[in-house]
Amino acid sequence: MITELEMGKAESELELGLGLSLGGGTASKIGKSGGVGGSGAWGERGRLLTAKDFPSVGSKRAADSASHAGASPPRSSSQVVGWPPIGSHRMNSLVNNQAAKSAREEEEAGKKKVKDDETKDVTKKANGKVQVGFIKVNMDGVAIGRKVDLNAHSSYENLAQTLEDMFFRNNPGTIGLTGQFTKPLRLLDGSSEFVLTYEDKEGDWMLVGDVPWRMFITSVKRLRVMKTSEANGLAARHQEPNERQRNQPV
Amino acid sequence: MNYFPDEVIEHVFDFVTSQRDRNAISLVCKSWYKIERYSRQRVFIGNCYAINPERLLGRFPCLRSLTLKGKPHFADFNLVPHEWGGFVQPWIEALARSRLGLEELRLKRMVVTDVSLELLSRSFPNFKSLVLVSCEGFTTDGLASIAANCRHLRDLDLQENEIDDHRGQWLSCFPDTCTTLVTLNFACLEGETNLVALERLVARSPNLKSLKLNRAVPLDALARLMVCAPQIVDLGVGSYENDPDSESYLKLQAAIKKCTSLKRLSGFLEASPHCLSAFHPICHNLTSLNLSYAAEIHGSHLIKLIQHCKKLQRLWILDSIGDKGLAVVASTCKELQELRVFPTDLLGGGNTAVTEDGLVAISAGCPKLHSILYFCQQMTNAALITVAKNCPNFIRFRLCILEPNKPDHVTSQPLDEGFGAIVQACKNLRRLSLSGLLTDQVFQYIGMYATQLEMLSIAFAGDTDKGMLYVLNGCKKMRKLEIRDSPFGDTALLADVNKYQTMRSLWMSSCEVTLGGCKRLAQKAPWLNVEIINENDNNRMEENGHEGRQKVDKLYLYRTVVGTRTDAPPFVWIL
Repeated sequence: MITELEMGKAESELELGLGLSLGGGTASKIGKSGGVGGSGAWGERGRLLTAKDFPSVGSKRAADSASHAGASPPRSSSQVVGWPPIGSHRMNSLVNNQAAKSAREEEEAGKKKVKDDETKDVTKKANGKVQVGFIKVNMDGVAIGRKVDLNAHSSYENLAQTLEDMFFRNNPGTIGLTGQFTKPLRLLDGSSEFVLTYEDKEGDWMLVGDVPWRMFITSVKRLRVMKTSEANGLAARHQEPNERQRNQPV
Repeated sequence: MNYFPDEVIEHVFDFVTSQRDRNAISLVCKSWYKIERYSRQRVFIGNCYAINPERLLGRFPCLRSLTLKGKPHFADFNLVPHEWGGFVQPWIEALARSRLGLEELRLKRMVVTDVSLELLSRSFPNFKSLVLVSCEGFTTDGLASIAANCRHLRDLDLQENEIDDHRGQWLSCFPDTCTTLVTLNFACLEGETNLVALERLVARSPNLKSLKLNRAVPLDALARLMVCAPQIVDLGVGSYENDPDSESYLKLQAAIKKCTSLKRLSGFLEASPHCLSAFHPICHNLTSLNLSYAAEIHGSHLIKLIQHCKKLQRLWILDSIGDKGLAVVASTCKELQELRVFPTDLLGGGNTAVTEDGLVAISAGCPKLHSILYFCQQMTNAALITVAKNCPNFIRFRLCILEPNKPDHVTSQPLDEGFGAIVQACKNLRRLSLSGLLTDQVFQYIGMYATQLEMLSIAFAGDTDKGMLYVLNGCKKMRKLEIRDSPFGDTALLADVNKYQTMRSLWMSSCEVTLGGCKRLAQKAPWLNVEIINENDNNRMEENGHEGRQKVDKLYLYRTVVGTRTDAPPFVWIL
């Protein structure tokens, strides 16, 4: 399963689907000296960059790759931030089209093929399908929505961490959280003022975390950090904590 | 002229509409300055931070139409952080306070909120036209305010915005008395649309000329809409999936035949291409066709459609058209002026992608071509030289070879000679985007020949500061220069500080400029806002004496008459 792979590689350089360099703050320097595929200390703080952070990772320059990585393979256009220069609206539409098409193909081809494609997605970033899956995230009480790249996340924990950083770290006044990264994930265990919900392809709003991660990312259309008090209408989560653990991707 | 009363002079000025000409008029003498400023109705502001609303209104108190642009162009590609700026709220507040008779507002790359839209809708009783391009920050609730409160609304044109769709009933917020709509474009909305409200709105808008639907409007609704609006000139089809034998498709066919004024066609956001033949009867009238969002339309259906479009002047298409398809365009569309070919497969290696052959074919077949945006996998100098010979009339030439630093795929040489040929032949070239493997040589050519060039986009190009210097010294009309991932540094940046007075802005990201260099620039040029964008906390720009070595990740500088802006987020450091 995907998370095991990443756990094993916590300290070494990881390359994900997009080949974008991911990691914490200090890792950006590491990122620049990495090879074409990008690198990042994945396990450092369990923190993932979001759409907001991509530009800071910096784009790879011929000089950098050449001098630090030796004979690096030619960059493909999908591995450089902000390249090719296609407007984000158009890019999202293109990606959604591809995603919808491949989702349809996967459904038709059956489960086994789905599994194969998933592993391909992560390990063969150069040949596999590259999808820049930015989806919108809104939070109750915050005027401007944000966007997050689902394909850059591997689990609900990662996603929740990203969202916490996004919304809570910069707005210390709104929530009591201090943004400490070792805290238990508030968004997923229902213990905080907010819960994470999503809208699926059929237009229904559900609580995040009930289905396997893979299924979630193919069906999610957008996210909303909702006040717990308002989330009563959603599929109630009567599960015990250990039951929930079982459902989450291992 | 001074012997005429002011009213006569003003009447003469009415015939001068271009902003540049009006600016020139205002410089002639004090009296003309005064007359001009009171009669100026339209103002275009290319950078919202170059001036502030108070000064704008101070000079042009009778303003009716305002165009504002916010974020720099590279924001389109996610290179500008989310909260950088470009807020329209202070502008609307100032305009509202001044009780201006605002009628038109056009915004590009600005942050617009529902609060702004509400204020806009309530502050200007004569408001007629709202055009939002690549904006963000608002929801359909904001649109509802516009719909409900703007009694004389003529245009609501939403192009490629990021809008939170609350699936509310914004369309039903148009009162029954609203019959003045001419343009209604909501193609970028992602959510459900109230079809009943939409049909009623279209039915009571006899002046409606431009209607662009979102993907939530299915084919049968389209048929009904076209029956209500046979006068339509510009149509954006939403969803286009249906069975060609169905009744709604037959209705659509009949309705389309009646749309004899239809000149521009776009959309097909979700489409089944075998129904395209319904549009064949009106294709001979089309001057503009935009299928760049229609991923399912390609192959023979696309070719058949294009073969009917003999009068096409503008074509936006995906690269799935292939070189063969472009050859068909070249032989059919002899009136073609503008072509844009967008990529479908970002990884490369697609069989149906276009190559240099397609570009050459177009240049050979379309004598009126003056604007091109072409994404492709490969290019050669020979092809570019041929294109330059065939089409010396280019005004805009934007070539994007998908793989950065890719050389001529036949000779493995840089593409300097090819682009050099373009700038030498195209004496009216105003906009140029470069790609592929390029050395300083291409910039020498640009500096030498591209005398009319106003906007230049550079990525992964050049060897030394000389490259950038050629451009800064040679291109006298340069207004917008944007550079990424190129080895230009402080020497080039600081060589001629006064040059930036003649330009709107300069963007440099992932280049070799240092913090020290930027500081020196800011000192020498107090009339410039020198912004360092640095989002990475641990990479914080510090006063540590090593500024000469500390590279700046993103630099954005622009001339301004109102000094440092006060709304910059913490990660933007204005020197």
